[in-house]
Formats: sequence, C-alpha cells, structure tokens
Amino acid sequence: MNKPIRVVSVFCLVLFLALLVNATYLMYVRADDLSDDPRNRRVITATYSRERGAILVGKEAIARSVPSDDRYKFQRTYSEPFKYAPVTGYFAFFSQTGVERSQNSVLAGDDSRLFVTRLVDMLSNGDPKGGNVQLTLDAAAQDAAWAGLENLPGDAQGAVVALEPTTGRVLAMASTPTFDPNNLASHDFGAVADLSEQLNADPRQPLVNRAIGTTLPPGSTFKLVTAAAAIESGNYDADSMVPGGFRYKLPQSSTTIGNHDGGDCGGRRITMTQAMEVSCNVTFLTLANELGTEAMADQAEAFGFNDTSLEDLGGQAESLYPRDMDAPQTAMSGIGQSNVTATPLQMAMVAAAIANDGDVMRPYVVDEVRAPNLSVLDRTDPQSISKAMSSTTADELTKMLVATVETGTATPAQIPGVEVAGKTGTAQSTADRPPYAWFVSFAPADDPKVAVAVLVQSSDTSRDEIAGGLLGGPIAKAVMEAVIDP
Amino acid sequence: MSQTGTLMGFVHRRRRGAELFLLVLALVVGIGAYAAVGLGVEGVVPADLVGYGGWLTALIVAAHVTVRLVAPYADPVLLPLVAALNGLGLAILRRLDLTYEANGFDQHTFARQQLTWMTLGVILFVATLFLLRDHRSLQRLTYTSGLAGIVLLVLPFLPVIGSAKNGAKIWIYVAGFSFQPGEVAKVLLVIAFAGYLVLHRDALALAGRRVLFVDLPRGRDLGPILAMFGISMMILVAQNDLGSSLLFFGLFLVMLYVATERAGWLVVGGLLFTGGALAAYTFVGNVQNRFNFWLHPFEYYEASPGSGQLVEALFGMGWGGLIGRGLGNGFPERVPFAYSDFILSTIGEELGLTAVMAIVLCYGLIVERALRIALISRDGFGKLMAVGLAAIIALQVFVVIGGVTGLIPLTGLTTPFLSYGGSSLVANWVVVALLLRISDQARRPAPRLDPVDDSVADSESTQVVKLR
Repeated sequence: MNKPIRVVSVFCLVLFLALLVNATYLMYVRADDLSDDPRNRRVITATYSRERGAILVGKEAIARSVPSDDRYKFQRTYSEPFKYAPVTGYFAFFSQTGVERSQNSVLAGDDSRLFVTRLVDMLSNGDPKGGNVQLTLDAAAQDAAWAGLENLPGDAQGAVVALEPTTGRVLAMASTPTFDPNNLASHDFGAVADLSEQLNADPRQPLVNRAIGTTLPPGSTFKLVTAAAAIESGNYDADSMVPGGFRYKLPQSSTTIGNHDGGDCGGRRITMTQAMEVSCNVTFLTLANELGTEAMADQAEAFGFNDTSLEDLGGQAESLYPRDMDAPQTAMSGIGQSNVTATPLQMAMVAAAIANDGDVMRPYVVDEVRAPNLSVLDRTDPQSISKAMSSTTADELTKMLVATVETGTATPAQIPGVEVAGKTGTAQSTADRPPYAWFVSFAPADDPKVAVAVLVQSSDTSRDEIAGGLLGGPIAKAVMEAVIDP
Repeated sequence: MSQTGTLMGFVHRRRRGAELFLLVLALVVGIGAYAAVGLGVEGVVPADLVGYGGWLTALIVAAHVTVRLVAPYADPVLLPLVAALNGLGLAILRRLDLTYEANGFDQHTFARQQLTWMTLGVILFVATLFLLRDHRSLQRLTYTSGLAGIVLLVLPFLPVIGSAKNGAKIWIYVAGFSFQPGEVAKVLLVIAFAGYLVLHRDALALAGRRVLFVDLPRGRDLGPILAMFGISMMILVAQNDLGSSLLFFGLFLVMLYVATERAGWLVVGGLLFTGGALAAYTFVGNVQNRFNFWLHPFEYYEASPGSGQLVEALFGMGWGGLIGRGLGNGFPERVPFAYSDFILSTIGEELGLTAVMAIVLCYGLIVERALRIALISRDGFGKLMAVGLAAIIALQVFVVIGGVTGLIPLTGLTTPFLSYGGSSLVANWVVVALLLRISDQARRPAPRLDPVDDSVADSESTQVVKLR
C-alpha cells in the first residue's frame, strides 16, 4: 500500500503548495489593490484612529488631529476652515479632497519616506503618527485674498490665486462660496452624509475650488497672451503703431465688434502700450487674426494652456485654447472670447511668467514634507515648465502693464511707492452668462515678488471694463501689499 | 507488506528529548502570543499570564509524560506541532474576546471555554493512549464504529436534540451543551473504513475489467462506494453542509485508493463527486450562491445572502500584508465568525502572511508525519487508519483555508486546533492520540524473530517471510 500512500503524499503537497501560493498572491501581490478598494473600511478606520499629521501654513497648523474620546481616537479639526478649505480639502470617512487626499500617505503615516519613523514606532510600541505637510501659502496673502472675497457684494462667487513668480510657490488660493471641512470631518457619519449630499446639490457649488476648478473665458486678461505672441513674432514692441478705431469686422463674416466703452481707443493708429492701457479690442482682434491660430495656440500652450500643471491638488480643470478654431474664432480668441477658457490659476501663471522674464514655473502648494519629529523628509524644488517668451518680450509687456495700472483701466491696483503691472478683464460675451470680472497683476514691476489673478462672478458686475477693475483690483492690490510689506 | 522489509533495517530511536525541546518551543509560541495579545490590545501583560501559562504547560507536560510512559517510540514532532497550533489558537481567541467585549458582543469568553475544551481534549488524549495499547484492537470495532458514526451523523436531524445553526444542521443540544457529532463521526468512520477495507481490499482490487488503460471495479464492488456517496449527498442536501460532505467522501476515496492501489476507484469516485456536485449546484440554492460568491466575491459584497464575510476577510488579510498589523491593531470584528471558520483571517490581518505560511506549514508537517507513519506502519489496518487521519486533516485544512483565502468556494469547516469549537478540538486531540499510538507501534524495534542461540540459528535454513 505504500505506492498509493506516496501518491497521496504528493497530492497533499500540491494542496498545501496551492494554499501557500494563493495566500502569497492574496496577501502580498493583491494587498495594495484590496487596500485601495473604496469599500475597505479598515484603511480609513485606521487613519481615523491614528494621529494624522498636521497641515501647516507658516508656523500655524490649519488642519490637525486632536484626541477624541469617542470610538475613534482622533478628531480632525481645521482652525480656519473657510479660508483654507479649497487647499486643505476635507477629511471625511467616505471621501477626501485637496491636500488631505493628495498627501494622504504622508499625513496618515504610510508613506515610504516615513519608513524609519514607522520602524521606530513599531519597535518602541508607540502609536504610529503621520507626517506633517508644510504648505507654500503665505498667511498674510491668504488673509487678504479671503477678506477681499468675503467683502464682495451680494452673492458674489470668486477665486484668488497668488504665485511667487520666480518659484511657482502658491502664496494664496481662496475661493468663495466654500464650506466648513470641520463638519465633514465629524464622526457623526449620518450628519456628514446629509451635509455632503446637500453640498453636492448646492447650485453654487461650494465644494468646487474655483481657483483651479472653474474655467471661464479670460476676456481682456488674455490680451497679455495675444500681446506676447505679437511681440515674440518679432514685428512689434511696446511702442509699435497698431490699428485702433471704433470697430473691427471679423474675417469671413459681416459681424463687427466694438470696444468696451464704444470709443476708438484714441485714434486709428495707436501704440501697443496705448492699446493695452485702454484694453482696445480692435487692436487685439486684428493682431490675433494676423498671427493666426497656430502662433496663438503655441503661445497659449507655452503659458500652460491645454494642460494641468499643479500636481498637489485634485479637481483641476484644463485651461483650453483649441487648435481647431476658424479665422473669426481665432480673432475673437485674441480678446479672450470664443472657445478660450482659463482657470484663475492659469491667468496667474500668465502674469507670473511675464514677471519672471518669460519662464513659466510649475505651481505648487506643498513646500515640505516633515516627519512627526519635524525633520524635513522632502522639499519641493521649483521647476521650470517652459519658456513662454524672451526676457525682452517680458520687459516690453511689463512696461505696457505698468502703464495700464498708472494711467489705464487698471488703476484700482495702484500701490503708493510701488510699481505695479496689471490688467483688467470683463465678460462681454453673452447676456445669459453671469457677468464676471478678471484682474491679473504683479508687483513690484522691477523685481516681482507676487503675481495675482482674481476672478469675480457677480450679478452686480457691470459690463464695464473699469467697473470690473473696481471689483477685482482692490483684492489683487491687498494681496500684493500683504506679500510686499509683511 | 513487502515494502516493510526494506524499512526493517532502520531502527527508530525514541527521540523523547527532541519532543520535549520542541514542546518548549511550542509553549513559547502559545504563551508568548497570549502575552503579546495583552500587550497589543490593552498595553499590559495579562494579569492571568502565570495562571494561564501554568495551565497550558501542565496540559502539555501531561501529554508529554503520557507519551513517554505508554508510547515511547511515538513520532516526536506531532505533539509539538499540535501544541503550538492549539496555543496560538487560544491566544487569537483571547484577542477576539477582548475586541468582542469592547464592542459589546454577547459572547466574549471563547478563550476560556476553549481552554476547558483543550483540557478535555488532553484528558481524552491521555486516556486513549493509556487504554488503547495496540491500535489493531480497534479493528474488532469495524462495524460498531461504522454504525456509531452513521448514527452520530443522523443525530442532528432528530427532533428535540437536533438544531440548525447558521443554516447548517450539524448541531445537537444535550443538557445545555451544544455538540457537533460530525466531528466525532469522522474519526469513527476512519476506523470503520480502515477495518472494512483491510478485509475486502483484495476483492476490491483484483476483480474488474480494463477500459481505456484504467482498471474499473466490478459492479458489485461498487456497493460501499455508492453507500458512502449516498451518505455524503445526504449530508449535503439534508444538513446543508457542503464542507462535511466533501470531507467524508474525499476521505473514503483516498482510503479506498490506498487500500486497493487502483486509480480506477478515483476515476469512479471523481465522476460520482462531479455528478453530485453538479446536481447540488443545480438543485441546492446554497451551493449555487457559494459558487457565485467565490467567483465574484466583490459583486456580492453588500448582498444578503452575500459575500460580505469573505470580502471582509480578504480585505483584512490584504491589509495585514507581509508581517501583519500586530496583535490588537487589526479589525477582526469586521469578519463574522472570526473565532471559528474565519480564524485564519484574523491571523492574516494581525500576524501577516508570515504567520499564515507558518500555520499552513505546521499543518503540512502534521499531514507529512501522519503519512510517514502510514508508510512505516507494519500492518494494513494501521496504514489505512494513518492515511485516513492524514486525509481528514489535509482535506479539512485545504477546504477551510482555501475557502477563507478565496482559492475554492467557501464551505463551513473548522480549522483544526485553531478554531473555537469543543467537538472539533476534542476529536482532533483523539486523532493525534491515535496517530501517536500507530506510530509507536510502527517505530518500535521489530521483535527479534531469530532464535537467541546463534549456533542453532546457523543450522536453520528456514527464513521469515511474513512478520505476523
């Protein structure tokens, strides 16, 4: 009977080998997939029961975990919830957004860069802690941005983005209306689910970070891109004479477009600077038509259109400059209408590139990742994405924009004793779209420290260029002041 | 038994010292795990560690001393393996108790009860070794134990004492105690099969015709296999217990194959089982569900009945990863029945793949030792019994661990020595006692058959051709 016993032995060996292989497959190969399954409560429950790292602005923790005496050991709290919500996002049981999501592995303590810390915790039998995330935000700039948005009249919706032109650091990012992440981080999951449903259904979209998630035609602020393309073509500079006048007839069409104030921009032939100062539509329609779709699209993409560049936050919309526009559409794109759309972040990048001698820096909000003992694990290095224009072109554009703030449409952004470069923009397209105003600027013009883009959607906005400047200008000014003289 | 002749040249040593050393290691595993549970869950070494450790040590020492006294040549590896598994199981149950208590579950004294059952198991282990000095005396009880086994299997159907629990009718209640007669029945059936087959193996093996290179048995010899098949199907359909049905039929097939040395029986049995399984799949809704949950566990996560238990176990084991979360840092309460069928998911979650592999290897070693005992056993009855007991453990471990890790459809069976369950634990301790008894016989030096007087022996020309 020994031969069949040996066969049975081999059979048993196969059975046990199958068990071992399957266990390895399940617990090693498939482990990550299983942990990523949204229905896997263990992962999220564990992060709820662990001291999650803090999110820091300057020295202040804007999001941190405090001990809690209910079924989970820690409660996530946000010290200035509304002001920072678009950046921090929220940390709820069922979903997370913003930095809470993008830096989750660090905050939760699972990141490989925290391996040594984890090992020490395990050996000393200490409770594992998450690492901290230091943001690039400047508290003063963020205060100014948030205060500006909060003081807007009526049901205004808006967003502010401020960048440090030389590095791409995001100094301020605010959006309104917004939400209180404290309520979503509550351990009362029923209330959280109700609130989440309510926020998602809200037509004003409080969960959207407008600074990166809303795209609208950039209007006259796009004239910066058109001017950059024109000067880069080699045929123009700030003092070149360009067509002005009352109206422009679109190619292949009988439609004519006038200037925002119905004037003639100061004559049939004006300087480029003059055209920028009065935000002359005729000039930039003509230039865009002359440059063509290719040149315009190349210039727009050099600034970062048709792509997303901020890697630290989710929920980004792509700013678009479609390459398949016909001649009239291309002409219209020269004044930021037609199918061109941009996020406030994108327009801030345009301003920052002009301020930074044409170099487009990758924007980022996570400055440093730190271990629980505050030692720095990783620091984001500024990174140049593209060269949008030569430094000569940038200088010419800066001159034009300084003139626009000094004597043109962007006077609300003037700061005594500081040279400011800026440009307004106002929606003039259709009547059914809620009117909105743009403002982009940077300062000081000779040594830029901050570039700002402001977007305000408000039913109170008049369709007048200067009125638009009156809404966005003071916010941009306040943010720039906060950065320049702290 | 021509093969035994070659094995006669090798004389086994007793190796009781080695067993003692391994038992100390097993105790370190059991008591260490118990201390680690206290440290991990409550942050302190359990207050009753000394009492608990002392009790466990006393049980193990009692078992060891018994082996020294009445089965000195028994296999030295089996008892330590079993002691380690049982000790680890107790620690895991203690860990679950603490969680269940914290979460307000009704039952949270599994470890204490299991220790009581283990005590009873060890008492029966000792009694078996003391009372049963030669396993061959069990051969006399072939039909008695067969009948008793079948009666035990039928008991859960009887009114008053029979009871269904979680859809499976495998329990009886007597005087406030619940009992799973199937666990004892499997040991009795091994004895019955071994006794029957050792007598009838020639008839089953030699008669038959050859079809396509396979020797198929005679029709009239199909009787017992059909009877066993019928019993298995009855268990499946009436008791709604896929696991036990598979276990009993698989056990019978393996023993039949070993007894007759004819693969034809495996073909017949395999066909019968496939047919039965197909029929069960078609007509028994429960079986169909289990199949679907196995193939697509994640699609039935929230369904009821659904695969929530399995998926939670898979999540837990995936979360445990290579080295586990550490005792006390997992969420075993998320898996229903983590204390019985699903105890391996708790181990996987908190002790990781490393511990799961160690446990599978422990079972593998138990089966290997049992089959080795079968190989070296000098009598057919002992061989068949050892093979049968090995098959029970191998099949049960494969079915339950394979089910919990998603390798095969889930069926309800306990993990031997680990899961909470008195009947199973007690029965398995008796299984170990029987294996040790057979191995004691097998490893004992062969009786000296040559005459003491060498001068006479030289003149003898007769040679021993048969040992008994």
